[in-house]
Amino acid sequence: MKRLLDVLREDCALTGTKEGCGEGECGACTVLIDGQAVNSCLVPFAQVAGSSVTTIEGLTGAEALQSAFIREGGAQCGICTPGMILAAVALPKDADLQDIRRGLAGNICRCTGYEGIYRSLRAAAIPARAAD
Amino acid sequence: MPAVGQNVLRKEGRGKVTGAAKYVDDLSFPGMLYGSTIRSTIPCGRIRSTRPEFDPSEWVVAGVPDIPGKNVIALIEDDQPCLADGRVRHVAEPILLLAHADREALAGAKVAVDYEPETPVYDPAASPRVFKEILIEKGDLGKGFSRAARVVEGEYRTGHQEQLYIECNGVIAVPENGGITVYGSLQCPYYVHKALVVLLGLPPERVRVVQTETGGGFGGKEEYPSMLAGHASILALKAGRPVKMVYDRVEDMLATTKRHPSIVRHRTGVASDGRIVAMDIDVLMDGGAYLTLSPVVLSRGVLHATGPYRCDDVRVHGRVVMTNTPPNGAFRGFGAPQTLFAAEVHMERISEALEMDPVRLRELNLFRPGDTTATGQVLGADCSAAEVLREAVARTGFDARRQALSGTNAGIGLSLFFHGSGFTGGGEVRLASRASLALTPTGARILVGSTEIGQGTRTIHAQIVADALGIPYENVEVSDADTACVPDSGPTVASRTCMVVGKILQNCALEMKARLGSLSPARYLELHGPLVVTREYEKPAELEWSDETYRGDAYGAYGWGCNVAEVERDPDTFEIRPVRLTAVCEIGKAIHPTLAAGQIEGGTAQGIGYAILEEVVFRDGAMANAQMTNYVVPTTLDTPPIDVVILESAYPHGPHGAKGIGEMPIDGPAPAIVNAIRHMGVDLRQIPATPERVMEASCVSP
Repeated sequence: MKRLLDVLREDCALTGTKEGCGEGECGACTVLIDGQAVNSCLVPFAQVAGSSVTTIEGLTGAEALQSAFIREGGAQCGICTPGMILAAVALPKDADLQDIRRGLAGNICRCTGYEGIYRSLRAAAIPARAAD
Repeated sequence: MPAVGQNVLRKEGRGKVTGAAKYVDDLSFPGMLYGSTIRSTIPCGRIRSTRPEFDPSEWVVAGVPDIPGKNVIALIEDDQPCLADGRVRHVAEPILLLAHADREALAGAKVAVDYEPETPVYDPAASPRVFKEILIEKGDLGKGFSRAARVVEGEYRTGHQEQLYIECNGVIAVPENGGITVYGSLQCPYYVHKALVVLLGLPPERVRVVQTETGGGFGGKEEYPSMLAGHASILALKAGRPVKMVYDRVEDMLATTKRHPSIVRHRTGVASDGRIVAMDIDVLMDGGAYLTLSPVVLSRGVLHATGPYRCDDVRVHGRVVMTNTPPNGAFRGFGAPQTLFAAEVHMERISEALEMDPVRLRELNLFRPGDTTATGQVLGADCSAAEVLREAVARTGFDARRQALSGTNAGIGLSLFFHGSGFTGGGEVRLASRASLALTPTGARILVGSTEIGQGTRTIHAQIVADALGIPYENVEVSDADTACVPDSGPTVASRTCMVVGKILQNCALEMKARLGSLSPARYLELHGPLVVTREYEKPAELEWSDETYRGDAYGAYGWGCNVAEVERDPDTFEIRPVRLTAVCEIGKAIHPTLAAGQIEGGTAQGIGYAILEEVVFRDGAMANAQMTNYVVPTTLDTPPIDVVILESAYPHGPHGAKGIGEMPIDGPAPAIVNAIRHMGVDLRQIPATPERVMEASCVSP
């Protein structure tokens, strides 16, 4: 059975969801399934029947965070960025820096050393107490 | 308001945060096939026969006879075949190419290869073939040692490192206009262009290379894309249809280049007051099965091997040799992280041997303006070794922290380093890079082959041009890196994109401004028609270099760095956990401070991985941990807070004084972290500092 990642990229032409490793390690393929951040490379697509799947293309209400990723150096090459943004959106609203580090530990960025990502979250105040 | 020095909005940002940016695997062409590679499963031997285990009539199968031109990847020496011709020299060497419309069918296709195995060489010290040997000599080594009160010797080892860009290597080759167009994830479109012209036997104008959005490079997309583009082009020309080849992670890790492993030996004479009076350094690097870029990697390695320390009597001898492993290649730092690791851990061992404070020892010996390097280069007024050391020591309260942590399961260490910007020696002269600027009704469009791979090339180039023309940053556009419309501004490597290419663009802009005179761009176009200004690299008059003697000005400028690392050791698992890392870097001028900080933070994180996590395990000539599950790179939880300090000391020939920045940050973390481990009394001289190595060293250390 096809992976959710392939259905999104090939059948739905939603190429904003990226494949980095195909084994659930890098998080580049992160999407939201009913609001939860999930690696779409590990999900047989039949499993999402009846669920709501949000990809970067369908993400709403995160404009401030997306802009902050550009301004604050949260995105460099950009390949991990869609997954990183979706994982960040799924963080609990009262997350502190340690929660953020734990929450994003499944999303690997090889470019930024993560500092720019923390700055982006802080600048967008998403979650509100990011990186206090 | 000037754009340079401001955090202007990135030119290349929007699509990356909305998912609209198109990376190569996001593209598709009508009638496109997928390609795959049948690779060697043995490290060394002859190929007796190949036999597809499927009905070849439904497939495109291409081998050596299908190569229209010369079966080589043209780079420095044409020694690496595009497809193995009768014999293989490493595991994962390409043998046959397949294409099919159904990617699943392709993944299952088997080809039986019958080999006559030969005995492989894995130990670089036992290699029968030296790819390149370099000797740097200064003064009289014997005389130097005769003045020494102490001689300190040591051997230091570094392992492979995988670039691990999150987007794997990939290209699409499209046969068109009697030639080929390649779209790909790559750093150097003109390297690919040059290689394809030779491989396909096509005139240069029939080969077009277009960079797609590139998901990280770090050197891993410097030379390898020439190979991959060659494969896809051979299949596409044979099929008469577009062919996409995108590696999965396992294939990317098994087959593509890594950082050269190294063994560096130091023998250093030190006077009783701590001054270094003689340096004898031997560098051995493992080049893998083919020469590829190894001579240049070795060159940068030996040119940084002394560390940022003055000494009148020096010998640096370097060799890079063949082993039966996949060719090692470009990776951020390009030989310097290896030799600077050795230099800085050795410096720490000298301070231990002399019972001298490590900061004091470095202060006593570091390069100052007017000092000469091992090649005889006189350092300019922008030499900032003392400044970065002073800043790092003060900012971290180094001396007090060192005392406070003594005798605990934590330690603090530092590293002092420098990094040459741009190509080595005469390299920039040979490249003769060109950049163009085209007048538009509202400003100008930049035309360069330099690529945006995350570092912000388009933004910093536009900032430099905007200020030189005296127009708003928003009015400067940047063309795609497409060989059909941009000149060859040289490869996007060697920390040269800002300092070297940025300077050429600044010259273009100044010339354009002079030609405009008092006319607005729109008015000029109306009166005189199109205006394109092209300029070539101009060597600063005072720079002299000889490849024959290895004497002279090895690099136009050097960046300077000091790292301080604080680490903890788990008393049970011997795991090393970095607690914080301070990175002080002097880079001439930060054209865009946020992007500059991003380079430092990211390079530092990769350096932390190099120091403690990233171990490439080879078994029978193949990478045994070729997947992200067990080749571990730093996550958010492994990466400590990175405190970045940027200092600026202008290089007179850089745009606004800018020097290179991309590579230097990866030089410092490994020695700083190992020196912090040494502070705990652990005699470690090798990276990565895995728990196993730390345990072993902890158990034998007093």
